[in-house]
Amino acid sequence: MARDLEEYLRPGIDSTPFCPGCGHGILMNLILRAIDGLKISMDEMLFVSGIGCAAWIPSPNFNADTLHTLHGRAIVFATGAKMFNPKLNVMVISGDGDLTSIGGNHLIHAARRNIDLTVICANNMIYGMTGGQVASTSPLGALTSTTMDGNRYRPFDLCKLVLGAGAPYVARYSVTQPLLLVSAIKKSLGIHGFTFIEVLSPCPTQFGRRNRYDSSADMLKNLMERCISREEADNFSDDELKDKIVTGEFMNE
Amino acid sequence: MGYRNIKSTFPAGHYYFSGNEALTEGAIAAGCRYYAGYPITPSSEIMERISVRFKDVNGVFMQMEDELASICSVIGAVWAGAKAMTATSGPGFSLMQEAIGYAALTETPLVIADIQRAGPGTGQATRVASGDLMQAKWGSHGDYSIIALSPWSVQEMYDQAINAFNLAEQYRVPVFVMGEEAIGHLRERIEVKAKTTVFDRIKKKGAPPFGTNQDDAIPPMPSFGEGEKLLVTGSTHNEIGIRKTDDPNVHSRLVNRINKKILNNRDRIIQTDSYHLKDVEVIVVSYGFTARSALFAVEQLRKEGKKVGLLRLKTIWPFADKIIFDIGQKAKKIFVPEMNRGQIAGEIMKYATCEVIPYNQTNGEIIHPHRIIKELRSIL
Ligand SMILES: Cc1ncc(C[n+]2csc(CCOP(=O)(O)OP(=O)(O)O)c2C)c(N)n1
Repeated sequence: MARDLEEYLRPGIDSTPFCPGCGHGILMNLILRAIDGLKISMDEMLFVSGIGCAAWIPSPNFNADTLHTLHGRAIVFATGAKMFNPKLNVMVISGDGDLTSIGGNHLIHAARRNIDLTVICANNMIYGMTGGQVASTSPLGALTSTTMDGNRYRPFDLCKLVLGAGAPYVARYSVTQPLLLVSAIKKSLGIHGFTFIEVLSPCPTQFGRRNRYDSSADMLKNLMERCISREEADNFSDDELKDKIVTGEFMNE
Repeated sequence: MGYRNIKSTFPAGHYYFSGNEALTEGAIAAGCRYYAGYPITPSSEIMERISVRFKDVNGVFMQMEDELASICSVIGAVWAGAKAMTATSGPGFSLMQEAIGYAALTETPLVIADIQRAGPGTGQATRVASGDLMQAKWGSHGDYSIIALSPWSVQEMYDQAINAFNLAEQYRVPVFVMGEEAIGHLRERIEVKAKTTVFDRIKKKGAPPFGTNQDDAIPPMPSFGEGEKLLVTGSTHNEIGIRKTDDPNVHSRLVNRINKKILNNRDRIIQTDSYHLKDVEVIVVSYGFTARSALFAVEQLRKEGKKVGLLRLKTIWPFADKIIFDIGQKAKKIFVPEMNRGQIAGEIMKYATCEVIPYNQTNGEIIHPHRIIKELRSIL
C-alpha cells in the first residue's frame, strides 16, 4: 500500500492477509483513500466486520476502533453501536456471503430502518474463506466446490435488493474502477442514512481457478470488459446485457 | 467507577408490580440505557415497558428483526459504552447462543432475562418451566463461564436485575436472570428504595483491554470513540485484541482466564438463603418459583416437628459446590423438586455426599406445596 496511507494502518501491520490477485487488498486501499480524501479522523471511525476474508479488511489492519463480529451479524452489531453513540462514524465492511446470505435479513431491515451506516460489500461471488462454495451471489453456471456441474440458482441483484428495502443510496463498482469507487465511498460517508456499495472483487484462488481464468490478471481484464456504466447499458439489448455487469449509482428519490 | 450509591430512577415507595415490570424497573435503576428485543411470550411485557420508560430516562430502545439481531446489537451498544440488555424465552434464548459465546470470549458485560416457558421446541408458550438452566451454562460452544440468577419473587426480579447489571460490569461477563413464566406474570407488592447501588465499568486509559498479569483477573474496559483504537474480535486474541488463531499458549491463557475470573470469585458471587438448617435430616434444595412451594412445605412439616430444612439457591451459576458439600455432610437426604428433568439435581449429586432425591415435574404447571409435602413425608 502507498506510503501516504500508512498513518491509517495499525502500527505493526506490515503485510496484507490476502492471496495474490485478491481484490480485497485494492478495496482496502480505496476505502482509506476515501477517508483520507474527506480528512475524517480515524478517532471517530468505527469499522465493523463479520466473518470471512473480506471481514479482514479492517480487522486488525485499520488504525481505528474495530469490531470483528460473528458471521452474518456485522450490521446488527453496528446498529447497536451507532444507535447508542450517534457520534461514531460507523462503516461495515464484509463479504457477500456474510452480508447477503447468512446476514441477509439484517441487511434488508437496516436498509428499511435507514440506520446511518455505510455498508461496503466485497462481492467475490463465492465463499472465499471456507474453500470456494457456491454463494447467493455466484453467477448461474458457476463452478464451485459445491456446484461442480454448475450453479443452478440465479444470484441476487444486491443493489436492487437493498434499494427495494429502502436504502437512500446504493452503488455498484468493481475494484477495476478505482476512481469511481473512491468517489462513491466518499459520497456514502457524507449521506446521513443507510448507504450500500457493492464492490466486485476478484477471487483468483477460489473462483478463478475453478472457472478457467488463466491468471488473476485475466480476472481483472474480464471485470474491466464486463463492467459498463448505466448510461452505456441504456444502448445495449437485453441479450447483450446478459454477460455485462451494470455499474453506477442507484438512488431512491 | 466501581460501586456507588445513586438515586433510584423510580420514586421510593411500595408498588404493586408484575415480575416482568419489576425486572424492567430494576434494570433501569441499575443504569440500563440500551435495550433490543423481539417479541416472545412470556417475556414481552419487559420490552413493552422499556419502550415507554426509556423515554423518561433517555434510553435507546430497538425492536429488532429477530433474537440474533437483538443480542448482537446489545453487544455493539455495550462496546459503544452502554449498559444494555435483552429479554427473551426458550426459542429466542436458543437463537442467542452463538452471540453469548462471543460475549463471553470478548468479555462483554450484558444482561439477558430468560423468562422460561415449557420446552423443548415451541412447547407450551404460556406455561411455566425451569428447563433452560443447563442451556444457560452450556448453550454456546466451547468452554466459558457465565453467571445465572434465579429470582423467586417480584421483589427479587427488581433486586436481581440490579445485581445482574452490577455483576456483569464487575466481572465483564454475560449475566442471565433466569425468571420463570410464573414469576414474570405474578403480581406482588414490592419496595423500591431511595438509593440504588450500581457498579460502573472500570476504565484505565491505555491499559490492555483483554489481558492482565493475573490468570483470574478482569481487565479494564474502554469504549469505542475514546481514541483507544480498540480491536474487538470473537477469535482468540492477545491482551490488546490481536487475533492469535494458532498460538496454543494464548488460547489456553484466555480460555482459562475467562473461566477462572468467575469460578475463583464464586464465594463473592453466590447468594443462598437457608431455613431451618440446624438439626436437620432432610434438606430441600430449591430455587425460583418452586422454592416458594418448598418453603411452604418445610414450614408446615417443621410445625409437625419434622427435621426438614431448605436451602434456596439465588445464584445457579457459578454453582454453590462448597455449600452443597457442607449440607450433604449434615443431612441424611437432599430432596430437589424441579420444573425440569433434574438439571440441578444432577449438579447436586456431583458435590453432595448423602443421598440426593430428585422430584421432577414437566407438565407446564408449578409444583404445588402439597406435592412437596407428600413426597417429603414419604422420605422422612
Ligand atoms: C455461523 C457460522 N457459519 C459458518 C461459518 C464459516 N464461515 C466462515 S467465513 C464463511 C464465508 C465467508 O464468505 P464471504 O462472506 O463471501 O467472504 P469472503 O471470504 O468470500 O471474502 C463461512 C461460511 C462461520 N464462521 N460461522
